[in-house]
Amino acid sequence: MIERFEDVIIQTLCRFLVPFMQLFALYVIAHGHHSPGGGFQGGCILGASFILLCIAYDIKEAKRRMTEKLNVTFCCLGVIIFGGIGVVCLILGANYLDYGILHKLLPVNIPEARSLGILGIEIGVGFAVMAAMVSIFLNLASGGEHEEALE
Amino acid sequence: MKFVAFIAVVMTGALLIYGTIDMPDWADPHAPAALHVSPMYIEKAAEETATPNMVTAVLADYRGYDTLGETTVIFTAAIVCIMLLRRPRK
Repeated sequence: MIERFEDVIIQTLCRFLVPFMQLFALYVIAHGHHSPGGGFQGGCILGASFILLCIAYDIKEAKRRMTEKLNVTFCCLGVIIFGGIGVVCLILGANYLDYGILHKLLPVNIPEARSLGILGIEIGVGFAVMAAMVSIFLNLASGGEHEEALE
Repeated sequence: MKFVAFIAVVMTGALLIYGTIDMPDWADPHAPAALHVSPMYIEKAAEETATPNMVTAVLADYRGYDTLGETTVIFTAAIVCIMLLRRPRK
């Protein structure tokens, strides 16, 4: 068993680090078109920022910022965004996940519509991966009780 | 019974290995996948999808259905983790 203790240096450092991690995660998700990255990588970084909060503070503090309900909602929302974009393409008369047809809805030409479709599903993947990382970590680390980690 | 199961496993394994004999060599430039699909992606991905990063274009556009499956796998992992482990303290 590991004794829990409050360390001012670690907690302050993490408090400063977390916003920059989240900003970087959003950059990785949004910049997947031009550089290595995308939904999976960005979602992992975003989830890691919440896991860092769990480790530096405790699970209660992390759950105060990201409640369990919100977490599961994000997880489902990610998959729904992904599947929903596919269904929108289907309704507009193209194949499932054929984003080119989105140019009927948006004021762009076909290649740019496909680019925007890619961005949309990257955002969905990012949400789902972030929520999955956090929920798997919380449940495994605390034995499902969400009281204290690493007990 | 265990012996029968062992024989079944060995035969299935042998069948699968026999199936891989027909596959093209590793990194064979004349493999069917390298003749048609790869050049098409390399030549047309940037102009067809307005996405300079070819990997993203293949992952999310040409093979979008595959990525949907991956996302569903991760979603299932998270939900199953909650279902099996979550137990609020009374």
